[in-house]
Amino acid sequence: MSNHIKSNHTEAVNNTSQVELERQFKQDLKTGVGKKIPHESATRHVSGEALYVDDHLEYPNQLHLYARLSEQAHATISKIDTAPCYQIPGVSCVITAKDIPGNLDIGAVFPGDPLLADGVVEYLGQPILAVAASSLDIAREAANAAIIEYTPLTAVLDVKQALDNKQFIQDSHQHTRGDASKALNDAAHHLQGELHIGGQEHFYLETQVSSVMPTEDGGMLVHCSTQNPTEIQKLVASVLGLPMNKVIIDIRRMGGGFGGKETQAAGPACMAAVVANITRQPVKMRLPRIDDMLATGKRHPFYIAYDVGFDDTGRIQGIDIQLAGNCGYSPDLSGSIIDRAMFHADNAYYLGNALITGHRCKTNLASNTAFRGFGGPQGMVAIENVMDHIARHLGKDPLDVRKRNFYGKTERNITHYHQTVEDNFLDEITSDLEQSASYSERRKAIILFNQSSQILKKGIALTPVKFGISFTATFLNQAGALIHIYTDGSIHLNHGGTEMGQGLNTKVAQIVAEEFQVDLERIQITAANTDKVPNTSPTAASSGADLNGKAAQAAAHTLKQRLIDFTAEHFDVDVSEVKFNNNLIQAGEQFISFNDLVQLAYFAQVSLSSTGFYKTPKIFYDRDTASGHPFYYFAYGAACSEVVIDTLTGEYKVLRSDILHDVGASLNPAIDIGQVEGGFIQGMGWLTTEELVWNEQGKLTTNSPASYKIPAIADTPLDFRVKLIENRKNPEDTVFHSKAVGEPPFMLGISVWSAIKDAVSSLSDYRIHPQIDAPATPEKVLMGVEALRKQMTAEQSP
Amino acid sequence: MIRFLLNNTLQAVCNIDPNTTVLNYLRNTLRSTKKRTGTKEGCASGDCGACTVVLVEVKNDQLIYSSINSCLTLLPTLNGKQLIAVEDLKHGDQLHPVQQAMVDHHGSQCGFCTPGIVMSLFAYQKNHNSNLLHENNTLKSHIDKKSTVQPFNPAKALESLAGNLCRCTGYQPIINAAKEISKNQQLDQFDLQQQQTIATLKSIQPGQCDTLSYNTPSTNKKSAVKNAYSPTQLSQLDRLLQQHPKAHLLAGGTDLVLDITQKQISFDTLIYLGEIEELQRINLSENTIEIGATTPLSQCHPVLCDEYPDLGQLLERFASLQIRNQGTLGGNIANASPIGDAPPALIVAGASLQLRHAGAVRSMPLEAFFIDYRKTHLVAGEYIEKIIIPRKPAGSIYQVYKLSKRLDDDISAVCGAFHIQLKNGQVTEASIAFGGMAAIPKRASYCEQALLNQPWNKASIETAMNALDQDFTPLSDFRASAEYRSQAARNLLLKCWIESQPNSLPTRVTDYV
Repeated sequence: MSNHIKSNHTEAVNNTSQVELERQFKQDLKTGVGKKIPHESATRHVSGEALYVDDHLEYPNQLHLYARLSEQAHATISKIDTAPCYQIPGVSCVITAKDIPGNLDIGAVFPGDPLLADGVVEYLGQPILAVAASSLDIAREAANAAIIEYTPLTAVLDVKQALDNKQFIQDSHQHTRGDASKALNDAAHHLQGELHIGGQEHFYLETQVSSVMPTEDGGMLVHCSTQNPTEIQKLVASVLGLPMNKVIIDIRRMGGGFGGKETQAAGPACMAAVVANITRQPVKMRLPRIDDMLATGKRHPFYIAYDVGFDDTGRIQGIDIQLAGNCGYSPDLSGSIIDRAMFHADNAYYLGNALITGHRCKTNLASNTAFRGFGGPQGMVAIENVMDHIARHLGKDPLDVRKRNFYGKTERNITHYHQTVEDNFLDEITSDLEQSASYSERRKAIILFNQSSQILKKGIALTPVKFGISFTATFLNQAGALIHIYTDGSIHLNHGGTEMGQGLNTKVAQIVAEEFQVDLERIQITAANTDKVPNTSPTAASSGADLNGKAAQAAAHTLKQRLIDFTAEHFDVDVSEVKFNNNLIQAGEQFISFNDLVQLAYFAQVSLSSTGFYKTPKIFYDRDTASGHPFYYFAYGAACSEVVIDTLTGEYKVLRSDILHDVGASLNPAIDIGQVEGGFIQGMGWLTTEELVWNEQGKLTTNSPASYKIPAIADTPLDFRVKLIENRKNPEDTVFHSKAVGEPPFMLGISVWSAIKDAVSSLSDYRIHPQIDAPATPEKVLMGVEALRKQMTAEQSP
Repeated sequence: MIRFLLNNTLQAVCNIDPNTTVLNYLRNTLRSTKKRTGTKEGCASGDCGACTVVLVEVKNDQLIYSSINSCLTLLPTLNGKQLIAVEDLKHGDQLHPVQQAMVDHHGSQCGFCTPGIVMSLFAYQKNHNSNLLHENNTLKSHIDKKSTVQPFNPAKALESLAGNLCRCTGYQPIINAAKEISKNQQLDQFDLQQQQTIATLKSIQPGQCDTLSYNTPSTNKKSAVKNAYSPTQLSQLDRLLQQHPKAHLLAGGTDLVLDITQKQISFDTLIYLGEIEELQRINLSENTIEIGATTPLSQCHPVLCDEYPDLGQLLERFASLQIRNQGTLGGNIANASPIGDAPPALIVAGASLQLRHAGAVRSMPLEAFFIDYRKTHLVAGEYIEKIIIPRKPAGSIYQVYKLSKRLDDDISAVCGAFHIQLKNGQVTEASIAFGGMAAIPKRASYCEQALLNQPWNKASIETAMNALDQDFTPLSDFRASAEYRSQAARNLLLKCWIESQPNSLPTRVTDYV
């Protein structure tokens, strides 16, 4: 903190001459909105001083908790004997379902998730019991000593099988426009296809962790690595049978979330709370990596079937898409996730007569959950596959087919759920990227390369992104914030969002800095905490800065207005003559520092603390008519990726990716670029090397980073050019006209998957659309190559 | 007792379980006195790099910095070394240049992988500087030569960071930070204290056979005493093995320690091999390259890369640099995994092993060493002393291919190695071996027979490709299906042949860097 802030009110006014203050007043604030400020924790991240839940100092009587997970995918539990656990020295207590004092179910929105299995297990990896001991090793040893016997039941693991059995966790839902079946019949061209899309492990580097301290009033203070503090508060209270006001959730930062800590953080928090309630000792539960991967849900795998009719130009006349999501054993958030897949089955395209059906299939896997994009990516991969399929069928460049199907600006601009697409600049963004990435020149060069290269083939694809911003559950689109100004002029800021690395705290602090026109170092953001800002929505759906930024801005507005009113009165000027700029306030002819003003206001008994609240306008959705305005606005982007594949091994490498992405008026271009690059790589990983494999018993065999491969540093494109679209504000009244950035860039990774298929297709002179499911592992690429070669041989022989 | 420097503080450790990993030591054992939670646990299996720390040793009066995974390193390994963790980089209030570069380039988002990345970058910086440091040991000349900044070598930077997973950034800002570090080389506190550190480390060099003993709490019913011995001579090792026939040998530990962290096994007796200089020698003679069994893989690289470039390339994709700095060539072989990377490549090079048992030695061709899945010809108390690799015959075709889902830091689905000698266009010798195709790394004898004495042309290759079906009946698992393995194995032979022809265009995706 600078001396400036510490300066004493009585001497300050005269110390610096009014001339000097006026000079300073006329300068711009250096750390406000739109500046490339480093992440607020950057210096602590690199020094190892940033504390995560597992890093907190422990009390000497701290217990460690370890859960025994089901070894079967579907079975009744015929016996649980915990006596052997107690034979191990250091064991404090063992809990099973019957030890839960309150509600056993921790389902986020719908019931179906018992905290510990109650008589039946529904997936391999489901927690059955938990052991608390003086160390994690002892707890683990003891948990493994428990005797559990099962009577197996039939397990369904495959989404297609669940679909065929009509085994759903919730009813299917449809979006309809026009008469798809008639349009399909009438269309000049007609194609059918199917596609399997794999799931994705979040692989946050910090596994799920909670640390619980019982409080004197029978409540719990919970440090939990969660995106959803209020949900954890509600569930901890619920499993203990306590009112919510007895439970406090505190989270300074997560070591990554990506959606995986929206609902899935609840289990460890609630188990630890139950044990803390029994023992009245602090309890910590941190999942070892393999347990985390076995026990928690992932991105939904999907099975897609499509039937598309189009004209000679490739323009879609009618389409029927079936989207079947593999939800795992319980509802969790799957209803909204499959809805979002349906909402994004158009991506950037006008689908004509469309019938989009979403199925919520129940299987005996961990309950699949939120993951960056929340179903949107699967819907978009489906339609991008259709675009490639149409292009190969007609012998056209896939980019031409994509452009031909883009939403119009004034016509062909209504989605299949009847929301008008506004602020559409798909044409402009695509054309800009086409130019800056030299798409057509490189396309030609690639064709030449492929003609002369025997083993290696190159491919290129340019794919667009249009992503709807808002929670699909309308009520979640709200946020709160709390600001205190202390008498030394320092500012304390809290909001309902959580920091998982996305830079939310930095952005919100910049917003408050901009409002007060003070430097960022004056503003301290502390842990998200349910007794500071209550009833928060999860930090999810890319909404963190949109919602919490607006709420914080509202709180700042309130305080600033109080200060303006006070200044006008104190200096006897009109309120219109009071202005804030660069740590100073102008009152008519006079200038005063922010700290001095704050001190004056305090002595004049002005309240220096305020909350702020925000709710998103305009959004609604009517499920009965499957229509509405579920998204406040759309974020746009486009990516062009070039790959080289080895047609003998299926290996590949991304040679170059160019990205142009829309964040409206950026709150912080450095952080936004980070989100775009990180999202792209994560999306690419999902569609290339990240393969989830379950064995016939329903065990996830890719359950550690030894077997599950997220992108490593050398997977970054050799030439990576990322740009934000400049000078294009969000026309909606969002915070400083910015746009959400968390999820949309994830789908830019589709360009890599499409480019791989382009390279394979080159073997057929681009006539055949290769069937390559996602993720396109080297194996799938090689098998795609082999299948395509067989098809060509078959076509040649009469 | 073992002694090491924790940054600049001398630690004399006794009565701590030798099964303790360095990660647990930093995060938990030290906790009550001076906790070190900067080093993170991401996986406890050496696959994510969040726990990366740097070990410093004195060799030839130089400090050698190696990044390692602290989750796979047991305490006895630290004996006589300096351990530098992320907390040690800041100097007073000043961030270390690698830390500052990460901040300036927005290289952290959630920050959880960041300490590990910082430590890998730190080791990269030290090793990137190392030529300067090695040329002349005095700081003055270092400063004089500071202006001769080496150009940024992206391949080396990527190699240093291949074992550090980041789920947030997409790595580009980290690559930019690495670039920055290469541009601005500055002396840091470690350079300034170099002489003192060398002197201190010399003063705590391991004794004849240091022992870390631990008496388990009496309440525990398991073995009461756990011992780790660190012999410095082969004769001591032989004696220890006779005294403790059930002892586990700890070399790099990159596989053994997984039993501790993933299977909760606790070893009663460990014999650490890392202090036996005789086991780490590399000898080049006119006909052979001899490599001591516990030579870390990263130290095998330069010599093997010169002789067998494809083997060098394979080594660069062998796990991660952290693992290669710890893991040993002998360990990779003794481990007898069907998907160990070195065996196929060494088998076709004609490598043999020198095994030692109670002071007596015997030799065995590497290909004969493996009996069945994870079973070898080693008898109790016997160990690999050295690996003997013939020099590459002039003009022979030697190609190795590793196929995995991810190019870096992954385990082979299939590893194919080919060594072909031709005379007048005819195949005079063919040695072909595969990993991932059978329960052991195995030669493809039908395929070899199909090629022998045949012209090196496409027709012969096609016949030989078909012969592979007689050699192997691979399994399906999460790494690959049997179909892929079979098809890829056939294609690798074809690829080997195509690559032996003149090519104007690249033939491998890894050619693009």
